[in-house]
Amino acid sequence: MTESAIVEATGLGKRYRRTWALRDCSLSIPTGRVVALVGPNGAGKTTFLHLAVGLLDATLGSVSIKGATAFLAQDKPLYTGFTIAEMLKFGKRLNPGWDDEFALKRIDSLQLPLKHKVGKLSGGQRAQVALTLALAKRPDLLVLDEPLANLDPLARHEVMRGLMEAVAETGMTVLLSSHVVSDLENTCDWLIVLNGGRVQVSGDIDELVAGHRILTGPAEEADSVSRRVPIVEDTRSGRQATLFARTEPVPLSPQWSERPVSLEQMVLAYLRRPDSASLPRPTLATA
Amino acid sequence: MVTFHLDKGSGVATYVQLVQQVKHALRLGLLEPGDRLPTAKEVVAELAINPNTVLKAYRELEREGLVEGKPGLGTFVKKTLGGASFTEHARLRKSLGGWVRDARKSGLDQEDVEALFASVVVDSFRGERTA
Repeated sequence: MTESAIVEATGLGKRYRRTWALRDCSLSIPTGRVVALVGPNGAGKTTFLHLAVGLLDATLGSVSIKGATAFLAQDKPLYTGFTIAEMLKFGKRLNPGWDDEFALKRIDSLQLPLKHKVGKLSGGQRAQVALTLALAKRPDLLVLDEPLANLDPLARHEVMRGLMEAVAETGMTVLLSSHVVSDLENTCDWLIVLNGGRVQVSGDIDELVAGHRILTGPAEEADSVSRRVPIVEDTRSGRQATLFARTEPVPLSPQWSERPVSLEQMVLAYLRRPDSASLPRPTLATA
Repeated sequence: MVTFHLDKGSGVATYVQLVQQVKHALRLGLLEPGDRLPTAKEVVAELAINPNTVLKAYRELEREGLVEGKPGLGTFVKKTLGGASFTEHARLRKSLGGWVRDARKSGLDQEDVEALFASVVVDSFRGERTA
């Protein structure tokens, strides 16, 4: 199955004075995916999102988006003195493709009174109003910078549920950044890991998780194993070696055991080893 | 109608969990040919998971010939699973229940019973494959 790309970045780089916030970033995001952009603070996530939606100009390379885009910034900018009704009217005036019926229905289903001042809402309610404004633009691509930051677990779940329902209804593509991987399990299906301004991982989450294994066995045989399969992380403790490998099931001597990895284990293994990468390269031979 | 649940610590991919739950319901007769599976939106509202995951699970079930997607109507069960009929199931369940009671009378605890059962199952099917 070939998927058409909605976001395409080629050699994208951004330099602030002498520091590169993002460099040599080439990736494409297939249409209809829910994409998790993951990385530690300062990895370049916000820079990448701002470049993608056109809030920043690239120093090098380019990024293009096919279709209408809505962007929700990290601080969820709303006018605190406005009521919800005024906020919706504001959105309607500014956006030609605005779906007022959808916006009113969503606010109603959230049981938020239109007369309430935005400044009086809880963090979770404010996030839901901001999300409603973004969704009512009926975008092909919704870009969210840390949509779950500063929300309690219940509000995080509700925001994600609202987002997933919108995806089910419209089939739009979502690109969201987060540094909490557990929030993304079961909600995102494409993973991009940014680390130190570089893309480390980009791919389908199920395929990535199925394509990695933790191999445990005697340390004296570890070098011969790591010559056969690509190793992301190599941990030795005394006579035992634990290898985080990018591989399908491999035949190993009986002293070795292998176990599957979770999304979170995989992300952490890559983040601890910024020099490892798992990127789609047509020439990469998987032995 | 089948109700899905998620086992988060299981390490099994979410779409595989959904596939397994449909098959389980088919084996137990909880789902029968003609029954409609919940729509992606219904599952999403229930579990707050990615709708693509639900669609992926349904595509897998369709590929195996167990369900059929009818555009605009939903996804429907086409075939049932499990060799024996429902009454056969009831009969086998009863005789297995008798065996378990016998095993407990002989002093086996739950783990003993499960281990013995699993090993007999493995032996039985292994014999069949090599035969």
